[in-house]
Amino acid sequence: MKRTIPLRAALLVGLALVGLTVAAGAQTLLGSGATFPAPAYTKMFDEYNKITGVKVNYQAIGSSGGLKNIQDRVVDFGGSDSYVKDSDFSKYPAQIVHIPTVIGAVVLTYNLPGNPNLRLTGEVISKMYLGSIAKWNDAAIAELNPGVKLPNLAIMPVYRSDGSGTTFNFTAYLSAVSPEWKSNAGNANSVSWPTGIGAAQNAGVAGVVKQTPGSVGYVELAYAVQNKMAVAAIRNASGNWIEPSLESISAAAAGAFPADTRILLVNTDAKAGYPISALTWIVVYRDQKYGNRSLAQAEQLAKLLWWMIHDGQKYVSALDYAVLPAPAVKAAEAIVKSLSYNGVPVLK
Amino acid sequence: MNDKKFNALLGAAAVVIVSIFAGFVVTLVVQSLPAAKQEGVAFLYGSTWNPVTTKFGALPFIAGTVMTSALSLLLAVPLSLSAGILMGEYLRAGWMRSVLNTLINVLASIPSVVFGLWGIEVVIPLVRTLATLVGAPPYGAGILAASLVLAIMIIPYMSSMTREALLNVPAGLREGAFALGLTKHEVVTGIALPFAKKSIFAGLLLSLGRALGETMAVTMLIGNATRIPNSLFSLGNTLASVIASQFNEASSDVHRSAMMALALILLIITMLAGWFGRSVMRKGMSSYGK
Amino acid sequence: MENDLFVSRYARRKRNDALFRVAVFVPAALVVGILTLIIAQVVVHGAAAMNVSFFFQQQKPFGEAGGGIAQAIVGTLMVLLIATAIALPLSLLASLYLYEKRGRRGAGLLSGSVNTLQGIPSIVIGVVVYSWVVVPMKTFSALSGGIALAIVMLPLMTSMIKESLDLVPASYLEAALALGVPRWRAIVEIVIPAAGAGILEGTGLGIARAAGETAPLMFTAFGNPFLSLNPAGPVSALPLVIYEYIKSPYDDWHQKAWGAALILVLFVLALNLAIGARKKR
Repeated sequence: MKRTIPLRAALLVGLALVGLTVAAGAQTLLGSGATFPAPAYTKMFDEYNKITGVKVNYQAIGSSGGLKNIQDRVVDFGGSDSYVKDSDFSKYPAQIVHIPTVIGAVVLTYNLPGNPNLRLTGEVISKMYLGSIAKWNDAAIAELNPGVKLPNLAIMPVYRSDGSGTTFNFTAYLSAVSPEWKSNAGNANSVSWPTGIGAAQNAGVAGVVKQTPGSVGYVELAYAVQNKMAVAAIRNASGNWIEPSLESISAAAAGAFPADTRILLVNTDAKAGYPISALTWIVVYRDQKYGNRSLAQAEQLAKLLWWMIHDGQKYVSALDYAVLPAPAVKAAEAIVKSLSYNGVPVLK
Repeated sequence: MNDKKFNALLGAAAVVIVSIFAGFVVTLVVQSLPAAKQEGVAFLYGSTWNPVTTKFGALPFIAGTVMTSALSLLLAVPLSLSAGILMGEYLRAGWMRSVLNTLINVLASIPSVVFGLWGIEVVIPLVRTLATLVGAPPYGAGILAASLVLAIMIIPYMSSMTREALLNVPAGLREGAFALGLTKHEVVTGIALPFAKKSIFAGLLLSLGRALGETMAVTMLIGNATRIPNSLFSLGNTLASVIASQFNEASSDVHRSAMMALALILLIITMLAGWFGRSVMRKGMSSYGK
Repeated sequence: MENDLFVSRYARRKRNDALFRVAVFVPAALVVGILTLIIAQVVVHGAAAMNVSFFFQQQKPFGEAGGGIAQAIVGTLMVLLIATAIALPLSLLASLYLYEKRGRRGAGLLSGSVNTLQGIPSIVIGVVVYSWVVVPMKTFSALSGGIALAIVMLPLMTSMIKESLDLVPASYLEAALALGVPRWRAIVEIVIPAAGAGILEGTGLGIARAAGETAPLMFTAFGNPFLSLNPAGPVSALPLVIYEYIKSPYDDWHQKAWGAALILVLFVLALNLAIGARKKR
């Protein structure tokens, strides 16, 4: 029949494509989540593809998005800079584990004429985001930066409009150093921001700051460096002015690691440590047999994770992410080895 | 294949489509229930939307939707009317009319995300400059930016309807008016526009429907702030833009359910606008009938 | 004296006429100006992004310049293909149903459903298809994206195809029936081909509309930096990369966003103009 032939042809083509994909399926992995490590992850996955041919599709939609996708089991792994608390475990259909991957820095970047290097403290930053310090030439900022000509420009704080692990770490730091912040906004992936403008993902915040004079935003260091944006030095708990850098991030991460690797690095005690350093994780299910998940898929995932915590680490320093310190690698190895399929460990 | 099987095939397709529609309504209603149970009717006028404390209210978004749609209509109506009158009365034929016609068709085919892109690059800096001039916070994004771009986007619908309606004014009516010595202005405002007003109004409703449901351009330009806008330069959110921003990550069931409820509200609002438009058109069909 | 009155009134009427002319031309000129500006900027900025690697290479890691949007071009074609494969048969059959059963209750129900589906914002379509297809399939996919786009295309195509079926002279069908041809055959072999131009037009416009849709794809096709031909997995699409790239701070990505916008606009325009040209013939 004239009309049914195209229908039949379409069906055949569709079946052929499905057949192709079943064969190709084990060569792709899908992850989503944190934008904080996205520059490092996308670089790692690009190299991993060149080395192994496996295509890892990572969609940077924010930590909350990644966690939700993992809850719905529509991705192989989720990325998040905020770890899942014990009280939230019930949201997940099965037990999840956290595998640390890289360590980055939440930096304060801003758009001022001349791109001066500013010094800011946690208290001042809190007040900027609370709205009580409204102009760049406010006395509180001026006294930290003698010799810098601060313009009479309104401060426009930029925050994450999507649920974000970067926000989690940023607000954790602000809550630790400012009781006023703690009681007004608190510490979470999404908070009620008293003032300012929201943008989606780290990329969005960096984009808005780059285009809006007078704005200030919190982003991962790589986004500021890649776009040649100025970042602030922050006074850490030991009283030292620390600029975000590979060294200062590594210093903040030099402490002990719990076995489940869930640790916040903000407000570090390390003398040379950057005070808003942050660890980021990949979240997967311990039991890899769920739905119609194949052993091959589980093996691909485990191999990727193993690579990320070992060989993959060498690609991240160029982007100013600190590599995992030895205790973190040890803890991570144990977790990756604990992934099982049908009771049998996935990684032999 | 025979008549019976053919009819069965047609019937099956009809069932599929009606089921899709019914399924939409059912899915939205069922998934909205948890939020509705928690908030009750207060959901419609609650102004707090806090995923952390799981307290949800739709008012900021309803306000944002109403404000942007109303403002964009306000801006678009005079522009659409004049473009439509130009094509329907002054440039009834000739190359200028085809150029204008083509341009308007092109405008209608530009995807929303491209308008958002253009808005980010061109309109936001403009609004930012304007804001600094009047002393408002220089966000750039906000109600004004979104409404400006929205207005441009909805012009084609109303202007095409206006053009078509004016072109369809009976020649005898127009020529008779000119024969009586009426000026062009008097013919247009006194004879043609009143004759065409039902279609023009339908075009307005078409534009409104588009404005209400418009997602991408608005999401990219409105600033994504959950507050009831209190000025042109305020940031805000519409029903569509908050779903676009937050759906991907709603981690609590209530949060997701609240957004399904917003989708349901949006659906109802656009359906109402559409039904109102169609019933106005039906009522007006007989007024100058022939 | 009456003549004076007439003269002064006439002067006023002439003045109003001139003012009205201005009131019509000026805003219309503004519309033309804005539109030309938009098109010019898309062309100029988009052209700057065009080079060979733009079309044939995939996405590079964040912050690295270079690479291209091949994955988005292919992804858009894939979801459009899937969407058309679903929407065309469905809307054709639905239009035939409305054509055959006009006036009956079922037709009214179908017509009402189609009209209301048309008004559903595409973001709502994306959200619903996420729970219908993505969650049960346990993955994002081009297939779910195609399904979402098909629902977007359906109302438009159904109404256009129905209109073109109605335009076929009843005598065609009646002549065939009088010759003893079974009704179904008469419809399939006579009426549908006679309405062929309209069907093509409706399909073309439906594709043009679906090509620019972003919201439904955000929760279904999801995105992919790699070029993928797998309908059961996530794919990229032109609107998705435009959205992602323009939000970012990277100048290279901004340029690519304009380039993708240009391709999209040209594609949609070409479809619309081709249909318009056929219509005039």
